[in-house]
Amino acid sequence: METAPKPGRDVPPKKDKLQTKRKKPREWKNPESQRSLSGAQDPFPGPAPVPVEVVQKFCRIDKSRKLPRSKAKTRSRLEVAEAEEEETSIKAARSELLLAEEPGFLEGEDGEDTAKICQADIVEAVDITSAAKHFDLNLRQFGPYRLNYSRTGRHLAFGGRRGHVAALDWVTKKLMCEINVMEAVRDIRFLHSEALLAVAQNRWLHIYDNQGIELHCIRRCDRVTRLEFLPFHFLLATASETGFLTYLDVSVGKIVAALNARAGRLDVMSQNPYNAVIHLGHSNGTVSLWSPAMKEPLAKILCHRGGVRAVAVDSTGTYMATSGLDHQLKIFDLRGTYQPLSTRTLPHGAGHLAFSQRGLLVAGMGDVVNIWAGQGKASPPSLEQPYLTHRLSGPVHGLQFCPFEDVLGVGHSGGITSMLVPGAGEPNFDGLESNPYRSRKQRQEWEVKALLEKVPAELICLDPRALAKVDVISLEQGKKERIERLGYDPEAKAPFQPKPKQKGRSSTASLVKRKRKVMDEEHRDKVRQSLQQQQQQQQHKEVKAKSTGARPSALDRFVR
Amino acid sequence: MTANRLAESLLALSQQEELVDLPKDYLLSGSEDEGDNDGEREHQKLLEAISSLDGKNRRKLAERSEASLKVSEFNVSSEGSGEKLVLADLLEPVKTSSSLATVKKQLNRVKSKKTVELPLNKEEIERARTPLEQEIFNLLHKNKQPVADPLLTPVEKASLQAMSLEEAKMRRAELQRARALQSYYEAKARREKKIKSKKYHKVVKKGKAKKALKEFEQLRKVNPAAALEELEKIEKARMMERMSLKHQNSGKWAKSKAIMAKYDLEARQAMQEQLAKNKELTQKLQVASESEEEEGGTEEVEELLVPDVVNEVQMNADGPNPWMLRSCTSDTKEAATQEDPEQLPEPEAHEVSESEGEERPVAEEEILLREFEERRSLRKRSELSQDAEPAGSQETKDSSSQEVLSELRVLAQKLKENDQSRKQKATSKGTIPQVQREEPAPEEEEPLLLQRPERVQTLEELEELGKEECFQNKELPRPVLEGQQSERTPNNRPDAPKEKKKKEQMIDLQNLLTTQSPSVKSLAVPTIEELEDEEERNQRQMIKEAFAGDDVIRDFLKEKREAVEASKPKDVDLTLPGWGEWGGVGLKPSAKKRRRFLIKAPEGPPRKDKNLPNVIINEKRNIHTAAHQVRVLPYPFTHHWQFERTIQIPIGSTWNTQRAFQKLTTPKVVTKPGHIINPIKAEDVGYRSSSRSDLSVIQRNPKRITTRHKKQLKKSSVD
Repeated sequence: METAPKPGRDVPPKKDKLQTKRKKPREWKNPESQRSLSGAQDPFPGPAPVPVEVVQKFCRIDKSRKLPRSKAKTRSRLEVAEAEEEETSIKAARSELLLAEEPGFLEGEDGEDTAKICQADIVEAVDITSAAKHFDLNLRQFGPYRLNYSRTGRHLAFGGRRGHVAALDWVTKKLMCEINVMEAVRDIRFLHSEALLAVAQNRWLHIYDNQGIELHCIRRCDRVTRLEFLPFHFLLATASETGFLTYLDVSVGKIVAALNARAGRLDVMSQNPYNAVIHLGHSNGTVSLWSPAMKEPLAKILCHRGGVRAVAVDSTGTYMATSGLDHQLKIFDLRGTYQPLSTRTLPHGAGHLAFSQRGLLVAGMGDVVNIWAGQGKASPPSLEQPYLTHRLSGPVHGLQFCPFEDVLGVGHSGGITSMLVPGAGEPNFDGLESNPYRSRKQRQEWEVKALLEKVPAELICLDPRALAKVDVISLEQGKKERIERLGYDPEAKAPFQPKPKQKGRSSTASLVKRKRKVMDEEHRDKVRQSLQQQQQQQQHKEVKAKSTGARPSALDRFVR
Repeated sequence: MTANRLAESLLALSQQEELVDLPKDYLLSGSEDEGDNDGEREHQKLLEAISSLDGKNRRKLAERSEASLKVSEFNVSSEGSGEKLVLADLLEPVKTSSSLATVKKQLNRVKSKKTVELPLNKEEIERARTPLEQEIFNLLHKNKQPVADPLLTPVEKASLQAMSLEEAKMRRAELQRARALQSYYEAKARREKKIKSKKYHKVVKKGKAKKALKEFEQLRKVNPAAALEELEKIEKARMMERMSLKHQNSGKWAKSKAIMAKYDLEARQAMQEQLAKNKELTQKLQVASESEEEEGGTEEVEELLVPDVVNEVQMNADGPNPWMLRSCTSDTKEAATQEDPEQLPEPEAHEVSESEGEERPVAEEEILLREFEERRSLRKRSELSQDAEPAGSQETKDSSSQEVLSELRVLAQKLKENDQSRKQKATSKGTIPQVQREEPAPEEEEPLLLQRPERVQTLEELEELGKEECFQNKELPRPVLEGQQSERTPNNRPDAPKEKKKKEQMIDLQNLLTTQSPSVKSLAVPTIEELEDEEERNQRQMIKEAFAGDDVIRDFLKEKREAVEASKPKDVDLTLPGWGEWGGVGLKPSAKKRRRFLIKAPEGPPRKDKNLPNVIINEKRNIHTAAHQVRVLPYPFTHHWQFERTIQIPIGSTWNTQRAFQKLTTPKVVTKPGHIINPIKAEDVGYRSSSRSDLSVIQRNPKRITTRHKKQLKKSSVD
């Protein structure tokens, strides 16, 4: 149940469809027999070598765990599975060659701080198409803006607090719709495609199409403050002032779950793209993790002394950045430990946080945005030196990195700013999954396919690979019931039965003796094991005692 | 089997010890000093208690063999009281009845009366009337030889009188010892005789024959005449054995004949013949060698049965004055036996006590004894660990003998009162600190579930509590942050107390949230911030004040505690108030009863967030997700790990290249659309019989279609 495919590099693109079609894969045999018509010999016989590290990236079977001894039949099945894995991973590694694009980067001259480079410099340096991606929309009338990019990164929707809602193809700057809902707009979000738009208005949640026509008014979601869309589950998660987290299935229009967080007003929310878990920030400094399948939070993490102001989770689901009223910015490890990896005190505290596809972290502090970058893709952003800074014309109200582009969209009180952040976006996109250049027909096709592959909401849990595991508790229960029903354990190891022997050696006494021998041997093994354990424990204790015990004085011998 | 062996070794051991005890006892009883004897007895008791701690003597106390003179408080024995028990005492009623008294008086009177003197005694001397007789009498008188019936010379009489009580006792002991030895030997012989193994007997017999042959060879060299006699004897014995065996009905041949005799005349005749022969032979034999054979046989038997020590004593007893002689050989043997058991039995006894400790249902005293022993060993260990130099066992014994005694006393009291409570006050003051010292050991192992907040009783405990709290507060372990980490952590201090080390794993929450993190020197500082430094400081102050009231950490910890409590499996309380006691408002069932009817829930696996103070992880099972998981293992898999491994690779096109996806999802049989697929005929599968039966076969196992068949199928469909 891997809900979120790792975009870009991790997922092999579907471009290999474009490869020339061969009926049969070439078979690599003896080089002697592989002579071409001209008689020349292939200087590089056999398949091209694949780097092992790349293959390793696609391997999913954890071979570190030792399996119990298995029968020949089982072993053959396991071998087949392993062979399949190897083959598919090699194929995926081979097709990595097709990921031709490289991420952008920004490097200062020796000694120069990249944070000093301003947008104008960057725009000056880059090509004209990229330069066109930096723009400012001066919309001072309708107050601070929230914004959202569509999943393909092609479309941008923004809503001002004073009711201004607009959607546009931000690359071509073609406006799709622009309306004023005459109500306070708290948040705005694209649904699965750019054709649908959810707007959290003052009272209820409304859904518009790309013409600006109101399709639905969902009254069960009232006073919504934040919206989050889970694309693989077709779920729209809403956090409300009343303290409810509501999941709305947009494919069938049903509310899947309405969970009471019991923590007052909810206005900090983000999703974990890796496992579709919703993170809520609360005023008591905790962040809670939610799934529609559970009434209680999956986990609760105490992050700050004050309330939590912003939460963001990176695309691999490994790191969570939080900022609180105590002016601190922390990065937590989400892989089971939930401990802070790095902490920084910011002068004003960050009100908004966002991760880019490649792991850059942006924080909006007042009218300034700071961007931090890590060493590589898998590393957390190091908070020591900012990568880029930018000052805006008003305090920040919304932040999002544009997918597949090196662009950061910032909504503020003065409108919208699209700024260039080299190295933010994933350079290679999956053409079948989210294609920025797709036509209407392709979009429709994708929609159908995506709906067919919709993941049930119940499968959301902390470990997205839970579906590849056996339900051990039910299994054990079933076994127990079966034993009860049958009156014996059909899988139990049969007790040792001595083989009959010839020439009078198979007397009852000798049989019993042989049985006894085996039993004794087993018993001895057990005893030996337990003895060993005891010894180990004792040694452990002794070592401990030795290390702690103080040196006895010479006079101790007289102590009675 | 092992148990048997153990029992045997134990028996042998106890026997040996009894042997050792014999002279000792004798000595004890021999010294007639009563006060000394009393002290000795106490010492003996002490020794006993100490030795019983090793579990050596426990068995012995239970049974009392014939030759034992062992003094024990658990067994009936005459020696314990210090005076001799006479049979008359036992027979005598507690209060002599008046009716019997008169009879007794009469009897006494009769006894005290002198018998009427008969003149016969004098007559004998006077009978020597002839001069020869007189001469002889004179001679006898002169040489002080006995004339009358007693036939004891005055010297002998004198010597008899000269023998003291001591010597008599010694003699008696010796005799007793000899008797005991004999009984052991007999028992041994009986045991050996009882062994059913033919092989064993064969081996023994062979061994004996060999030995006899050897002796005979030696004898032939030394004394040819005796050897000849011996040879004759051996030959005769052999002959007899042969005849006695052969002509009985017990042989193989005879048995087979007996079966056949009913039907076969010849066989019957043969049997009768054999019987007759047997009769004849036996008669002849009896006549021929009655006296000789029997003499030899008995001698042999006796030699076999009795060890030389016994023989010696018997021989002495046969002599004219058994009291006068004292065999030195037995003395040496005694010494030897005395030496032996001291070295031997120690390890064995240990083994016995260890191995049997768990299996045997033990008496209460034994349990107590063992407890005592355990404690002692525990204390010893602690002492050892405290002292760098290991003290010799002898020294410790001496030094701690007083302690042991006092503890023994405590033990005895426990035995008397049969009290379960451990916190019993000891009589002697020396033990009190000891008991207290030993208390915490069992408490440590008490499961966490049982631990209850204990009332602080002493000042020291209060102090300790304070310290603990201090530790909890002071601890500043492992902030995950850069920079100050190394300076802050006090864990590396060598003299850090043990308590602290335990808690190290827990990451301190307070620390986690309050660590000073380096502030960012941003180029572009937010505009509001640029105003003034002072204002910033004010703001911080304000924030601090604002959050002073609500302690986030405490609240969170409380929440976590509640969550942990809620997730713990609950104990089941089955107490019925008012059942078996008074019930009503304000009355609670007694603690003992509650304890008895409380079913403790098994402790679950450790929580995932056990060492993560800032996290609460929900441990509830997600049943919605579980509904989608596999819950039955498919056929060839026996363990869920195996099956899990085969379903790790995703097959969908989202996670695979197109080619891999196609390969992973190819159906087993591919048919081209539009082609007509003819039904399978018998010939396609290789059968030649009628089509109907073939069809059924195919339907039953459609998966049998192999690649060859597939090819055939394709061909046919193409055609």
